[in-house]
Amino acid sequence: MSIVQESIPVKIKVKKNKTAYYLILPGIGWLVLFFLVPFFTLLATSLQKPAGTTPDDGYLPALRFSNYSSALSEYYPQFFRSFVFSGIATVVCLLLAYPIAYYMATKATKYRNLMLVLIVAPFFASYLLRTNAWKTILSGDSFVVSILNSLNLLPDGRILNTPIAVIAGLVYTFLPFMILPLYASLEKIDIRLIEAAGDLYASPRQSFLNVVWPLSLPGVVSGTLLTFIPASGDYINAELLGSINDKMIGNVIQSQFIDLRNYPTASALSFTFMALILVLVYLYISRAGTDELV
Amino acid sequence: MTTNRPKVEDLHLVNLTKSFDDFKAVDNLTLTIPAGSFFALLGPSGCGKTTTLRMVAGLEEPTSGQIKLGSEDITSFPPYKRWVNTVFQSYALFPHLSIYENVAFGLRRQKSADIDKQVKAMLELVELTTLAQRKPQQLSGGQQQRVAVARALINEPDVLLLDEPLGALDLKLRRQMQLELKRIQIEVGITFVHVTHDQEEAMTMADTVAVMNEGRIEQMGAPLTIYEKPRTAFVANFLGQSNLFEGTVAGVEGDELAVKVKDTVIYVPLNSTEIRSGRIVLGVRPEKVKIVDQGKTGLPKNQIQGSIHNTAFVGVSTQYEVLSSWGQEISAFEQNVDPSDLGRPGQLVTLAWEPRHSFVLDPDEDLTAGLDTTWDE
Repeated sequence: MSIVQESIPVKIKVKKNKTAYYLILPGIGWLVLFFLVPFFTLLATSLQKPAGTTPDDGYLPALRFSNYSSALSEYYPQFFRSFVFSGIATVVCLLLAYPIAYYMATKATKYRNLMLVLIVAPFFASYLLRTNAWKTILSGDSFVVSILNSLNLLPDGRILNTPIAVIAGLVYTFLPFMILPLYASLEKIDIRLIEAAGDLYASPRQSFLNVVWPLSLPGVVSGTLLTFIPASGDYINAELLGSINDKMIGNVIQSQFIDLRNYPTASALSFTFMALILVLVYLYISRAGTDELV
Repeated sequence: MTTNRPKVEDLHLVNLTKSFDDFKAVDNLTLTIPAGSFFALLGPSGCGKTTTLRMVAGLEEPTSGQIKLGSEDITSFPPYKRWVNTVFQSYALFPHLSIYENVAFGLRRQKSADIDKQVKAMLELVELTTLAQRKPQQLSGGQQQRVAVARALINEPDVLLLDEPLGALDLKLRRQMQLELKRIQIEVGITFVHVTHDQEEAMTMADTVAVMNEGRIEQMGAPLTIYEKPRTAFVANFLGQSNLFEGTVAGVEGDELAVKVKDTVIYVPLNSTEIRSGRIVLGVRPEKVKIVDQGKTGLPKNQIQGSIHNTAFVGVSTQYEVLSSWGQEISAFEQNVDPSDLGRPGQLVTLAWEPRHSFVLDPDEDLTAGLDTTWDE
C-alpha cells in the first residue's frame, strides 16, 4: 500500500472583522477634536506676534520663534523649580507609597478593600477645596505648626509659604497615583516566589532586593510617571501653599494666559514644558529599561 | 559551596504537629529519613504531606515538635538558614531572571566561588545548556521542571524536598522525569523527600514510601513490602486495589490460619498475623487472583465461586468484576497472554489464589478507607 501525499492548497477565507476599527472611531474622533486641534492651535499661537502694544489689540499669525527663547530665558528658574519640586515629591511619594502598597498586597487580606477605598476617598472632595484645607492646617496658628515649633523643627517658624508646604501639598495630591499602580504590580507577585527566594538562602532583605523590587518595577515606573508628570505641571499647590518665590511653571503659564493675556508667551511656555517632559520621560524609561519588565 | 559543612545528615521529625485552628494537618509525626535515601510521602489531598514538607523547608512553623538534621535542631531556623532546598509544585521560577540566573540564585546569595563553573555543570546535568539565556516563560513545562530541580540541587543541600514536582506534566513526560530524578538522586547522593499523591510515582522512585492519611503515617517501608503486605485498609485501598474480606477465625491448620468468610474458607499464612480467634479482615490483590471456569482442578488453595459481573479489556490485562456467591464484588486482573476468550458477564467462574498472597488487616478499621480518595489535587 502506498501512501499518497497530496498537497491540496487550502484556501481559508479570512473574513476580516472590522468591528475593532469601528469601536476605536469615537475615541479617535474625540482625540482629533480635543487634542490635535488644540495642539496645533496652541502651536500656531505660540508663534504669533502682537498686533499692537496692548493685549487688547490682539495677535497676528506669524513665525516668531523668539517667543520661545525669550520665554525660556525669562522663566527658566520656574522650569527648574517645577522639576525639582515634583522630583522631590515623586521620591517622597514612592517612599511613602511602597510600604503601604506592599502591606495591602501581601498582608492586609481583611482590610485591603477598605484601605483601597480610603486611598481613593480624597477624590470625592474637590482638589481645590482639599488644598485650601491644607492652607488652614499649615497656617501659622494651627496646632500642627505650634507642635512642630515647640519641638524646634521649623527653621523659619512656619510651613505655609515655604517650598516644604508646596512639596508636601504635591505629595498629598499625588500619593494615590503612586500607591495604586504599585499595589497593582505588587499584588501580582506570586507569594511562592518569595518563599522560593527564602528557600534559596536569600534573607528577607535579599529577597526584597532580588525578587520583590525587580518584579514591582513596572508599578514603580508607572507610579513615578503618573506622579511626576502632573506634579510638575501643577500650579494649585504652589499658588495656595507657596510664597511668591515658590512659583512653578504652571503658575507662570496661568498668569500669562489669564492675567496678562500674553497668549504667545503662554503657548510657547506650554510647548517648551511639554517637550521637556517628553525628553525627561524618554530618558527615564530608557534608563529603567522597561523592555526588561514585560 | 562551603567546605566546612558537615556531611549529609539524617533528617529527624520528632513529635511534629501542625494545627490550623482546630484542624490538625500533621498529627504527632515522628520519623527518621536516612541520609542519602529517596523517601516518598504518599497520600491523598489534605493528608498533611505538603504541610510536613513545608515545615521541613521552614515555610510553615510547627505547632509543636522538632525538626533535626543530624543532631542539630533546626525547628526555629528561618528557611534561608537551613541546608534544605525545595522543588516547588508550581516550580516558582523567578520570571524576571534568565534560566542561568535562576540556577545561580542560591549560590549568589551564599557568595560562592566558581558560580559560573557550577551553574554550567548543573545546566549540563539537566540538559539545559542551550537554553541558559532564556526566560522561564519561554520554556516548556518539562524544561521548567528541570530548571526547578537544578536551581535547588546546585546548592547541594542536605535534603532536597520535592513537592509534587511532576504534577503539572503529562503522563509520558512524568514517567520520563521520574526516571530522570531517580538517576540524578543516585548520582548526587542527596536525601530526596518526595511528596506525591501518585502511588505509582512513589513506588517507582522511592526506596522508602510512607503512606500518610489524616496527618499520620499509616505505614512505612519499601514499596514492595507495603504493596504486598499492607497493614491497614487505607494502605490496601489507596496503594493499588484490594479485595477485602471480613470473616471469623475457624482454626489453625498446619502453618495456615483458616478463616471462614460466609460460606467459604480462606487460608492465610500463620506468620502474617497474631490473631488466632474471632473477627478478622483479610485481603488479596486483584492481580494475584486467578479466574477460571468452574469445575477445574489443580487450582490454588483459596477459592471463591462466583459469576462474572463485568469485563474490562485494558490492553495489558483484562479486569473482571466477579460477584461472589454472597454478593460481594471481587476484582481479578488477568494478564492478556492469550486474550482470545474473554469471560462473558453471567459466566460461572472460580476465583483462586495462593494463601501466601493473602494479607491481614486490623479488624477494627473502616474497610472503605482510602477508597473515595480523589486522585487529582
